[in-house]
Amino acid sequence: MTNPTAFIAPRTGKLIMRWLLFAILVAFALFYLIPLFVMITTSLKSLDEIRAGNLVALPVSVTFDAWRTAWASACSGIQCEGLRPYFWNSVLLTVPAVAISTLLGAVNGYVIAQWKFRGANLIFSLMLFGCFIPFQVVLLPMARTLGILGLAGTIPGLVFVHVIYGIGFTTLFFRNYYVTIPVELVKAAKVDGAGFFRIYWSIFLPLSLPILMVTVIWQFTQIWNDFLFGVSFSQAGTQPVTVALNNIVNSTTGVKEYNVNMAAAIIAAFPTLFVYAVAGKYFIRGLTAGSVKG
Amino acid sequence: MESMLEIQNLDKNYGTVEVLKNINVSAKTGDFLVLVGPSGCGKSTLLNCIAGLESISGGSIHIGGLDMTHVNPKDRNIAMVFQSYALYPTMSVANNITFGMKVRGVAKAERLSKLQSVAKQLQIEKLLDRKPSQLSGGQRQRVAIGRALVRDPKMFLFDEPLSNLDAKLRVEMRLEIKKLHHDLGATMVYVTHDQIEAMTLATNIVVLKDGLVQQIGSPDAVYRRPANLFVADFMGSPAMNLIPVKAISEGSVTRVQIKPAEGAPIELIDNFNGDLPEEVILGIRPEDIAEARLRAGEDTQRMKCRIDMVEPAGADTYVVSWLGGKQVTARLQSETKAKSGESLDLAFDFSKVSYFSKTTGERLN
Amino acid sequence: MSKWLEHNIPRILLAPSFAAVVVFVYGFIAWTAWVSLTRSRLLPKYEIEGFIQYERLFAAPRWDTAMENLFIFGILFIVVSMILGLLLAILLDQQIRIEGALRTIYLYPMALSMIVTGTSWKWIMNPGLGIEAMVRGWGFENFSFDWIIDPDKAIYAVVVAAIWQASGFVMALFLAGLRSVDTEIIKAARVDGIPTWRIYLSIVIPSMAPIFLSAFIILAHLAIKSFDLVIALTGGGPGYSTDLPATYMYAMAFSRGDIGQAASSAMVMMAVVFAIIVPYLYSELRVKND
Repeated sequence: MTNPTAFIAPRTGKLIMRWLLFAILVAFALFYLIPLFVMITTSLKSLDEIRAGNLVALPVSVTFDAWRTAWASACSGIQCEGLRPYFWNSVLLTVPAVAISTLLGAVNGYVIAQWKFRGANLIFSLMLFGCFIPFQVVLLPMARTLGILGLAGTIPGLVFVHVIYGIGFTTLFFRNYYVTIPVELVKAAKVDGAGFFRIYWSIFLPLSLPILMVTVIWQFTQIWNDFLFGVSFSQAGTQPVTVALNNIVNSTTGVKEYNVNMAAAIIAAFPTLFVYAVAGKYFIRGLTAGSVKG
Repeated sequence: MESMLEIQNLDKNYGTVEVLKNINVSAKTGDFLVLVGPSGCGKSTLLNCIAGLESISGGSIHIGGLDMTHVNPKDRNIAMVFQSYALYPTMSVANNITFGMKVRGVAKAERLSKLQSVAKQLQIEKLLDRKPSQLSGGQRQRVAIGRALVRDPKMFLFDEPLSNLDAKLRVEMRLEIKKLHHDLGATMVYVTHDQIEAMTLATNIVVLKDGLVQQIGSPDAVYRRPANLFVADFMGSPAMNLIPVKAISEGSVTRVQIKPAEGAPIELIDNFNGDLPEEVILGIRPEDIAEARLRAGEDTQRMKCRIDMVEPAGADTYVVSWLGGKQVTARLQSETKAKSGESLDLAFDFSKVSYFSKTTGERLN
Repeated sequence: MSKWLEHNIPRILLAPSFAAVVVFVYGFIAWTAWVSLTRSRLLPKYEIEGFIQYERLFAAPRWDTAMENLFIFGILFIVVSMILGLLLAILLDQQIRIEGALRTIYLYPMALSMIVTGTSWKWIMNPGLGIEAMVRGWGFENFSFDWIIDPDKAIYAVVVAAIWQASGFVMALFLAGLRSVDTEIIKAARVDGIPTWRIYLSIVIPSMAPIFLSAFIILAHLAIKSFDLVIALTGGGPGYSTDLPATYMYAMAFSRGDIGQAASSAMVMMAVVFAIIVPYLYSELRVKND
């Protein structure tokens, strides 16, 4: 990797500049890391140690009590079951919502990019606009619609909402990816006798792994981290983990158990952090895909 | 011989935009039909219509005597080679070639034997396990042709198949396609914007511009007797010289007055063409202008011209002179002593000239 | 029949998504717009009464606070994130050996839920045991850092947490932009003897104008939709000093039972988003259609 704008290679005078640069970069790294560090250390301390000690000090005696409480018995409001049931709610709603919205996005993107018909571009523009609306504008009618459909306060209801408002982005991702594949490929396959589905299955699907990763990771992060839909359309028992976390942290009864709050926050953040750690490349690509035009 | 391709009154519109207007083209079995024209002339669209990849707005297409106007591409008994080769990127070369047979449900044994024979014919046996991304441009081109060959089609369609290759490889592949046509005796329809490809490959050339057929004919006819100014200018490199002149016809003989860069018009006698209007455009190929000292005869007329530029090009030397307000190029033998700034006697071969109307651009003789 | 089907499969497959978007996006926007013009309270009413909800909205001090907060929050969040992001991108662009690791560290907050971010910063910034207590413990007895419970400063606490979350993302955008600048132009400038800082200022940064626009749009969009962070960090408080339009709308819709106010505030939010997004999308789509 050569970079013509890089400062000229270190000589005595430049060496100081080099170290200064390095120091600044590391200082910023600490700025981003400290909240995570504080969360982890706090979650491993006892409440007494927290009250006596220092925010950034390492725990004197490590205890996992807070983690146990956060997982299985922390109270949100009147219920004291910890995050566990809500964590599974999030899993149960995220998995189908990600799968369905990705599938629809793949089909839509394939059609819009490779099987253009009159009006397809208009439909795409309409979908694209849908990505950018503030969701507050659909909260009220959606609440009523879910009621009418009998899905109010249920996990399938939340899946439905996430799929509907995820289609715009998944379609955008796949469309922008498939549009870079030459149309001649479809023509050649048509002459070879393959139809719509055969062409997708044999030619496009094998090419789709990168964009599939990007889309799945994007949707997973969005839906797992969602709070607005979760808090608006769930009820006691069906809340996703983000809502439960907020309830535990802001529950007014009893003493504030900071160590439990931090453990709960880490538990809620763990799945997306894990995905970021193992597939960060695709996560970044998803983030920038929406902004850098395809 | 029987007719293989018969296109009648074909129209193609995109909304209100007319891309192809009343196209009538036909090819006999074994013909090599080349569709040529500048980019945007509709030649690729016409090929796509023949393949069935684009629907048509009017007219009909018959292939092998059957009405194929509304038939799916796969049922037209054609094979097609694309400009970008359109190889399926995730499949090996072997799977690329056999994919069509697999889709049609051809038995595995037959697929393999066909694959072997085609691979042998194109000398790509060693490449069968590779992915398209591991092939060079020329190899990809061969695989694309192989994919067409295994279909054993009634007709091959080529959409600018050589334009992504470098100059040397292009000449090689051009020869190979010509040989293939000779060996198979199959009908081929070939789209290109390169008029040299058109001249070397075709048995019949269709020149298109703005969705209209300009001329259909053998390479020789299109080159020697272009139907209008567009064809005259498009076919041939360097292009035909098109010089505005004053023509005074007396029966079957014409006195042609050409304005040199300086001085009074010079009059040449054309003994071959008569009955021309006064204002015409004279078309003459660079090779039909020679150095007068090397060429003499009934059919040539001499004229002293001031040479503005000399361009040696190896086998030939081009000299440029300024006549009738246009740059006129003559193709001389390389041993010419012409020097820029000096005068030279040039001989014009009037047995091979064309005349075009100044108003309509149509051929007059 | 099968030919018809074959020809129309693309349309048929796109139809459900299209219908869903028409109903659940555009239909719902229309519904909200309609209801915002009625006297709806706990239940929606459908008799149009004009702009009374908007009059109430603009007369409400709480909405005033929310809009003012959006203004402060939006501007600070966007400007600081962009400056920080650009700075980090340029520093990281100097052939740093551990660039990959640093990039990962700068960007990870973007993978977190804003609820997690809020929870974490709420703990760090709490005066009793957080930064304030820590610095006092170091001997600075008069040190004070109580933004989070100070109605005048709490919105800045939200800004800090939001910048922490999003600035790494802006860095990633800008870094990609820096890397996409034509290196031959930069080489030419170096041959001309132009100093590095001047190359950045006069050549590299101007050529990244589209990326600045993208970053601005995304950050503005994030700012207007911000809801989770405020809820988790301050709950809109103290009082309603950190209310944003999003939290105002939510409170009206789900705790106050004032559908009319919820609808009209949502429409104002959408108007703000569209005023920023529509010109951008329009230019994007126009370029694509050419």
